[in-house]
Amino acid sequence: MTDLLLFNATNGLIIGAFYALMAIGLSLILNLSNVINFAHGGFLVIGAYLSYTLTPYLGFWGALIVAPFLTAAIGLIVERLLIRRVYGRDPLYSLLLTFGLAFIIEDGTRQIWGALGKPTSIPAFLSKPLSYQFFFITGYRLFMVAIVVLAIALLFVLLRYTRAGIRVRAGTLDLETVAALGINIRTLRSLNFAIGIFLAGLAGALASGQLGLEPTMGDGLLMPSFIAIIVGGVGSLTGTLLGGLMIGVATGLTAVVFPSASDAIMYVIMAVVLLVRPRGLLGEEGMLT
Amino acid sequence: MTAEQKKHLAVLAAIWAALIFAPYWMPLFGGYTALGTRVLAIGLGAMSVNFLLGFTGVLSFGHAAWFGLGAYGAGLCIKWIALSTPLGLLAGTLVGGIAGGLLGALLVRRRGIYFAMVTIAFGQVFYYIAFQWGSLTGGDDGLRGFARQPLHLGFATVDILGNSTAFYYFMLVCFACAVGLMGFILRSPFGHTMIAIRENERRARFLGIAVEFHIWIAFTLSCFFMAFSGALYAMVNNFADPRMLHYSLSGDFVIMAVMGGMRTFWGPLLGAVVFVVLQDYISSVTVNWMSFIGLMIVAIVLFFPRGLLGLLRQRKAA
Repeated sequence: MTDLLLFNATNGLIIGAFYALMAIGLSLILNLSNVINFAHGGFLVIGAYLSYTLTPYLGFWGALIVAPFLTAAIGLIVERLLIRRVYGRDPLYSLLLTFGLAFIIEDGTRQIWGALGKPTSIPAFLSKPLSYQFFFITGYRLFMVAIVVLAIALLFVLLRYTRAGIRVRAGTLDLETVAALGINIRTLRSLNFAIGIFLAGLAGALASGQLGLEPTMGDGLLMPSFIAIIVGGVGSLTGTLLGGLMIGVATGLTAVVFPSASDAIMYVIMAVVLLVRPRGLLGEEGMLT
Repeated sequence: MTAEQKKHLAVLAAIWAALIFAPYWMPLFGGYTALGTRVLAIGLGAMSVNFLLGFTGVLSFGHAAWFGLGAYGAGLCIKWIALSTPLGLLAGTLVGGIAGGLLGALLVRRRGIYFAMVTIAFGQVFYYIAFQWGSLTGGDDGLRGFARQPLHLGFATVDILGNSTAFYYFMLVCFACAVGLMGFILRSPFGHTMIAIRENERRARFLGIAVEFHIWIAFTLSCFFMAFSGALYAMVNNFADPRMLHYSLSGDFVIMAVMGGMRTFWGPLLGAVVFVVLQDYISSVTVNWMSFIGLMIVAIVLFFPRGLLGLLRQRKAA
């Protein structure tokens, strides 16, 4: 029983790390630009397929590094051409725009790479279990978590100590004042969007080894990311991180006790949080309510 | 009677005439009666979404949940409880409306983008339930094994199961009742309060209007209408499936409302007509219909945010 619990908790933590990675990207964009990016799952798929395509040429490591950057570049183009036009308009329009975009990306992926799933491989040195007792902790899983931790830590350092990061955080609180202080918020928003998409691309590149490659693989990750943001509290990246890990672990543990409810538990958590603490665990009062 | 009112009446007469004679003129354009029936149910759904979005200014992106609950409620009632179309419709409407009203109480303090996000997430709950609870709902395969029943009026029996024209008129009567009620609510003091909240929430609050309460009532009413349209839709194909609860259908409804013109009463119906017919047509010509729908959505957001009817009005005003 302990083994089973541990197994599922570990599983949940890994899934939670993915949720968090997705959700933090979403959250960045939402906080600064007030846009819910429905196409975030689509960008994850782009990242995953790009890394699949690049692996034969660049190897595993090369693809893992290059694919997220390419995804971010695509995101930047999309932001410049489309998303920028709905900044400051009713949130309805940004929702619909990214909703349409998600359709286009899914269909485009199907067109380019085919509707059927692709076989994926992970390097042999990472696919071995680390010990016999904890057979489920393969190297790849630890490696994924390590990369996610690294990426998130790096992001937090960037936001804390670099000039651009400080501006992003200031913009989250009061974009008008930031603009009035002479900072180019168009560039700031583009940069911020690109970082968010970079994280989605990274999640995709990592996920392809674990979840398998399919044009719809982003769908299953989008809703948990929304919930992670709501549970953690809109406006707080730490909250989003916490929310993602929490629902991941909760999903994993529920799978032991009541498997068919494992997908539903996150909604229960969300309902409880909204009832008890409507602004979310670490949400600031008055943000986006 | 002013010229304005006359014109208004003429437009209304034209809309209803087009709807009443649809089984006769649609075949001339390659349409078929079942398509008209579907458009009525979907159109009512889009109008219900717009009841909230266009007239209260509250964006729910999870309304498909109430649509689907209405469909499942109606289907399950006919399958297990009572072999009667009206009872099925009533059951579906109650299930979806009450569920929506209860959840709405949890949501009304949220606004704008946060409200949209929470409605999406909660809407998905019902999708998962329908998907997972296979023994009751049929899971991924959908709910089968029920059919709309002939209507017994006491003096006559109307065969809405076998006769598609009779079914169309049955749907039209249901549609007319719902739309009439919707119009009545919007003309009432309550409806004017909804519009006041949409125009300026803070001012409405200063006038002593209980904003949260009004939004909750508007949300609940909209859920009831939505569930009714879902129950009707289940009657069209004698079928309900989990995708009827999915947020992508919610998005479709919002798109129909916006495409037709979300500040207008009839716009969403027009949007639904265009959307359903286009989707029907495009998916029969190309496998890449998703891209076309996606491009259409992007184009609407960027170039025609006021929708078709909004565009007409703007031209008139200019």
